[in-house]
Amino acid sequence: MTEQLAHTPSIAPARGPRQLIFETGSLESRCVEVPALDVPSASMEEMLGGRVRQTALALPHVTEVEIARHYAHLASMNFGVDTGMYPLGSCTMKYNPRLNEDAVRLDGFAGMHPSQPVSTSQGALALMAGLADALAEVSGLPAVTLQPAAGAHGELTAIMVFRAFHTANGDPRTRVIIPDAAHGTNPATVSMCGYEVTTIASDASGGVDMDALRAALDTDVAALMLTNPNTLGLFDPNITEITSAVHAVGALAYCDGANLNAIMGKARPGDMGFDAMHINLHKTFSTPHGGGGPGAGPVCVTEALAAYLPGPVPVRDGDVFALEWPEHSIGRVRGSHGNFGVMVRAYAYILALGGAGLREASEQAVLSANYLKSRLRDAYDVPYDRPCMHEFVLSGARQRRDFGVRTLDIAKRLLDHGVHPPTIYFPLIVDEAIMIEPTETESLADLDRFAEAMLSVAAEAAATPDLLHGAPYTTPVRRLDEVRAVKQPDLRWRPRT
Amino acid sequence: MYPADLKYDTEHEWVRIDGDVVTVGISDYAQDHLGEVVFVDLPAVGDTVTAGDTFGEVESVKSVSDLYSPVSGEVVKVNDALDGAPETINDDAYGAGWMIEVQLSDPLELDGLMSAEEYEAFIASEA
Repeated sequence: MTEQLAHTPSIAPARGPRQLIFETGSLESRCVEVPALDVPSASMEEMLGGRVRQTALALPHVTEVEIARHYAHLASMNFGVDTGMYPLGSCTMKYNPRLNEDAVRLDGFAGMHPSQPVSTSQGALALMAGLADALAEVSGLPAVTLQPAAGAHGELTAIMVFRAFHTANGDPRTRVIIPDAAHGTNPATVSMCGYEVTTIASDASGGVDMDALRAALDTDVAALMLTNPNTLGLFDPNITEITSAVHAVGALAYCDGANLNAIMGKARPGDMGFDAMHINLHKTFSTPHGGGGPGAGPVCVTEALAAYLPGPVPVRDGDVFALEWPEHSIGRVRGSHGNFGVMVRAYAYILALGGAGLREASEQAVLSANYLKSRLRDAYDVPYDRPCMHEFVLSGARQRRDFGVRTLDIAKRLLDHGVHPPTIYFPLIVDEAIMIEPTETESLADLDRFAEAMLSVAAEAAATPDLLHGAPYTTPVRRLDEVRAVKQPDLRWRPRT
Repeated sequence: MYPADLKYDTEHEWVRIDGDVVTVGISDYAQDHLGEVVFVDLPAVGDTVTAGDTFGEVESVKSVSDLYSPVSGEVVKVNDALDGAPETINDDAYGAGWMIEVQLSDPLELDGLMSAEEYEAFIASEA
């Protein structure tokens, strides 16, 4: 049965050698011939004062073609946004334009050092100031730090800024309110900053429950952390009422910027009443992520909070750029100036698209998500069925109840259809959640291909549930033992003896 | 699926009553929704637990969830075997997958818990 099933849909398993580069080739293999010595030879022992290594290093011995084939093979086993659609909800896995890579490889950027004096770093500082201005315009929040290296780092920075602001006003306060649809990084940030988390439930339409919010608000509350649109892909229509209520008790409103891709050029968190937000350059502004990034999570704040930002920040004085420390800065949150290469890529993207282009990107992202939702709404449950923003959440509850097929099985089976699965089991408030974010960069044909795969898997779940329990069949490795991977992690390569 | 001799709370824990000492675990419904359990963090013998407060956490391949104590009292026994074999919770939620034994400080709290029948109705209303 399994053999036969293995031949069902599209992609063939990647073939070829499965060894590591260290296990490839042979001791005689060489990639380069070192030229003959044309200077007097010297004694290693003497030069290193007797510290010469006594055993050979276990370096790979391979020819050039062996190297090329080894890495080409690895690349063929990989799945990324360059190979196919990557609809990970809340991750904004949009295509990374090659133009960004061109810009970051310019000699002036690629060859510079973060410790160069300001006088020889004018171009880099101009870029940072220009990027900060662009992010301020998109967010509606005028003061910016580019230092944080990731979204969660940006959250941490912002809540530290909030804490410094409240402390300066006489009371750091004790609690931060977070809706139950939030990213897990929000409560983690709150704990890291020494605050207590107060979780509030979402209302029936998936937004902030206003009664629960009002009941939780008092002068002990330092902030509300909110993602808007939220992780259900829904824009909260009460947003200004929410931020007003927060401000009424002297608390601050924080916007988790993970979902900015839905609203660029359409709505600004600053105008919604937020006091700060982080922006994931590696999501919204098309810099590579997944597999380690690096990312960047700049934080934008109101004028009232500007004095507390990390420093130094690039400032413009006519045609000259300088680095300055905000008056009550919380200090550095990152070495040097942050992940500069990511900033160059993001700025290239912003300049290439321009304001109108960014707005169009958001419009297209929202349209793509609503299109997919309408194609899939009959085959899967839609727990919060109203027009969505750039992402939406389905539930596999029906498949589980009627056929004993879990969302995990659906995700694994999608791999056999040549599709990267969406985010699953998040947000936690949706049972058997399947969270889909197509982004603006997928063509109609690719959106349809994904929809067809989802529909096929739903049909298979009803007709042959066991097929899904055993999936995937066509990938380089079959279903992994996640329990054993957690309990007995095998993280280190050891040479064969 | 919901043994009649146990009592249940709304956070999906069960208790088995034996005089002033109760055994606590999570229901079959809870383990099924968590998926494969990979780690359990439990209190130590001698610790105090309070009804409605967290007494530990359980991590599955899907998520990390708090465990809420259905009763108040002192922990008198902990199922150490779960350390090496947390998947026992999936395999035998009401038996070998038990978590802690508590010496009750307020036996009247038991009256606030649900019967198997009530718990089943509660789950149906949640879905």
